[in-house]
Amino acid sequence: MILESKVPAGPLAEKWESHRFNMKLVAPTNRRKFKVIIIGTGLAGASAAATLGELGYDVDVFTYHDSPRRAHSIAAQGGINAAKNYRGDGDSIFRLFYDTIKGGDYRSREANVYRLAEVSNEIIDQCTAQGVPFAREYGGLLDNRSFGGVQVSRTFYARGQTGQQLLLGSYQALARQVGLGAVKLHTRAEMLEVVLKDGQAVGVVVRDLTSGEISTHSAHAVVLATGGYSNAYYLSTNAMACNGTAIWRAYRKGAQFANASFTQIHPTCIPASDEFQSKLTLMSESLRNDGRIWVPEKAEDSRPASQIPEAERDYYLERRYPAFGNLVPRDVASRAAKQQIDQNKGVGPLHNGVYLDFHDSIERLGRDVIAARYGNLFEMYERITDENPYETPMRIYPAPHYTMGGLWVDYELMTTVPGLYSIGEANFSDHGANRLGASALMQGLADGYFVLPYTIANFLAKSLNTDPVSTDDPVFHEAARDVTDRLNMFLGIKGSRSVDWFHRELGKILIEHCGMARNASGLEKALSDIPALRDEFYQDVRVLGENETLNQSLEKAGRVADFFELGELMCRDALHREESCGGHFREEHQTEDGEALRRDDEFAHVASWEWTGLDTEPNLHKEELEFENVELTTRSYK
Amino acid sequence: MNVTLKLWRQESADKPGAYVMLEANDISPEMSFLEMLDIVNENLIAAGEVPIEFDHDCREGICGTCSLVIDGIPHGPQRSTATCQLHMRKFRDGAVITVEPWRAAGFPIVRDLVVDRSAFDRIIEAGGFISVATGSAPEANLTPVPREAAEAAMDAASCIGCGACVAACPNGAAQLFTAAKITQLNLLPQGQPERWARTVNMVDTMEEYFGSCTNIGECASACPQDISLDFIALMNRDYARGMVRQRRLTGQRS
Repeated sequence: MILESKVPAGPLAEKWESHRFNMKLVAPTNRRKFKVIIIGTGLAGASAAATLGELGYDVDVFTYHDSPRRAHSIAAQGGINAAKNYRGDGDSIFRLFYDTIKGGDYRSREANVYRLAEVSNEIIDQCTAQGVPFAREYGGLLDNRSFGGVQVSRTFYARGQTGQQLLLGSYQALARQVGLGAVKLHTRAEMLEVVLKDGQAVGVVVRDLTSGEISTHSAHAVVLATGGYSNAYYLSTNAMACNGTAIWRAYRKGAQFANASFTQIHPTCIPASDEFQSKLTLMSESLRNDGRIWVPEKAEDSRPASQIPEAERDYYLERRYPAFGNLVPRDVASRAAKQQIDQNKGVGPLHNGVYLDFHDSIERLGRDVIAARYGNLFEMYERITDENPYETPMRIYPAPHYTMGGLWVDYELMTTVPGLYSIGEANFSDHGANRLGASALMQGLADGYFVLPYTIANFLAKSLNTDPVSTDDPVFHEAARDVTDRLNMFLGIKGSRSVDWFHRELGKILIEHCGMARNASGLEKALSDIPALRDEFYQDVRVLGENETLNQSLEKAGRVADFFELGELMCRDALHREESCGGHFREEHQTEDGEALRRDDEFAHVASWEWTGLDTEPNLHKEELEFENVELTTRSYK
Repeated sequence: MNVTLKLWRQESADKPGAYVMLEANDISPEMSFLEMLDIVNENLIAAGEVPIEFDHDCREGICGTCSLVIDGIPHGPQRSTATCQLHMRKFRDGAVITVEPWRAAGFPIVRDLVVDRSAFDRIIEAGGFISVATGSAPEANLTPVPREAAEAAMDAASCIGCGACVAACPNGAAQLFTAAKITQLNLLPQGQPERWARTVNMVDTMEEYFGSCTNIGECASACPQDISLDFIALMNRDYARGMVRQRRLTGQRS
């Protein structure tokens, strides 16, 4: 199978414009004849549902939360990028494009990234008009701040709650359509299967999480906006319920999965305090604007920070990367922290952190300025750790945070299954091997507001005046039966260990062998350990209760079962990629001073995997990446 | 540390519930309250008993999913803190801790500690938005917003929609939640065209599901985001003006 990216011909800056003109349209009076199913109500899903509803399509949207407003986009703190150049500091669409391609270590598609940069400005306009209370200056105009990996100030923010405010903006736009009857909202409803007929997506199977009822829904097109899979690691910054089930079910039905090993380990999270830790909390990367990262110069120094004199501190990022200092991209900052801790220079009771110190900034700017910028983050830190960051330096450590990999999609955001789309973090398209800060919110909203609503028409227009496949069709009955059988199977195992126990064990394997540093022997070990653990899970997991009530253990069982298979693919993809790039660091491929060594001759491609069965190796398909507008250079932040 | 939980269990909305006593032993003070409940659940599963259902998700205090009344106070004894950010170091060793779901007529119980808060979505659907179709927005800096207004709007907008205000209110009223959204949008220039209709529609919808406000103020003291009681006054003012100024009353709309 040849992956057809559908990237339009022509100059970079004209591709999207000309593609929009060349795509088919659906006339306003015909739109209500098309049924579209959207799974997920985060930034991508809610904005797509709202926009398609406004346009006049017949939309059904599903979320496993009790309200669309709970989606994990809400936890993004720092901000959203746009190429407005309001600071007059040399920003432009091309620079945002360039920074994103470079930040992604040249493993993303030029045309997609340029389009993302192009629509970034419209997103800010849209959200401002919706009443998103972005930070403003005294003159009443919008404020910006800078973020890791770039040298301009292009990040718009709403205190440390930008994700919350943007999500509430799109949630409200969605709620408006629900109120008008244009969109039908299904809450506490989890999609457990994609239904195909003749190779095309025709609907989904959904479990009502309150009653356990299994229902089938058909549509002309299905959109997966179900986020990333960092929770495969068990401990991550993702919310507890975030999972890979929707995209994994799609993968098993034929949608290819791209760059599964490209995961981002975020440098500024609060270190774990004990083995029962259920999740890790992120501290916004914006803190690196004013905080200085350091460790004691000599190993196993257990003096408190205040007793370590300036001369015995190693500000290792400022030392190694003088040009970017504490603002190097996330992958570089995370790896550097790991190296310090591996040299036994870790701080805190478990020696599992590095310092992020605000002392100098407080002295330079005053406590009030720092409080205005980061007050809520400091409070959050103090609530969790019982330490006051105005007086004691914060302790931070990297944690899994975002997955650049995801379902392979073409320029129109369609997967390799016709009629099945994937948007936001769930797809692989825009961030290459590393995502820059404040770009996830941008991509989710770009896909949902400004890309999918155009591209989906190009597909729908072909089936004008044909009804969706009836849910009485055998394909729906079969899919619903499979889902029911699987749920009963979990309940019937009656083993001895909880779902969480298995999830924790899987997480340990993945973070050890497919985390911040990877090597062939470790990945091979993981590839034999994970299936063994998976077999044990199917023998010995204990899921109590029944299907017919709210049953969170049963929900988790299905998600963890899918994480086993997804984790295996992450390792397989990491093993295939014999180079280091972005968040993927193969120890065999590094420079003499420990920097990532990319191999453009052999690996300037997207690795896209096709399911062939549970115990057979997936087929690898390569989409070669062509760079016509940027020169592939070694990223240097020195 | 060891604590004892006096915890509410209820199979479903139409079945009676009751308190059960559960021991949580060898708990680290560094654990969050929900991590303590995770351990209680692990122990229940090991003993072959169905685990406790409770709502939670981000565990960072921002998604608003967690919803426990702890020792009689929504989100527990620590002020300005959601349940998921509450840590066991705030309790003493040997304590008996009462854990209940949100209790309000507007939030029917689903199971154990989980309630149905979808009435909040109905309030937002009635007017908690600015109508702006995708793509129709003007340039963002075309409309300056005084910083003070933007900051006050942000204060209101920080509501996480958890429902603690309703759970804390003796009347089961949802004024603080509704007022926060109305104030955010009504303070901004972008929110002016729909100001009066929004206020009236949202308040009227709120009244269908929730009790009436008698200015007690329990809501604000239970709020994990410190949403100010002042917003209720602003909402009431706009509601009164809205009833007069709504165009249908002046004959401009049928």
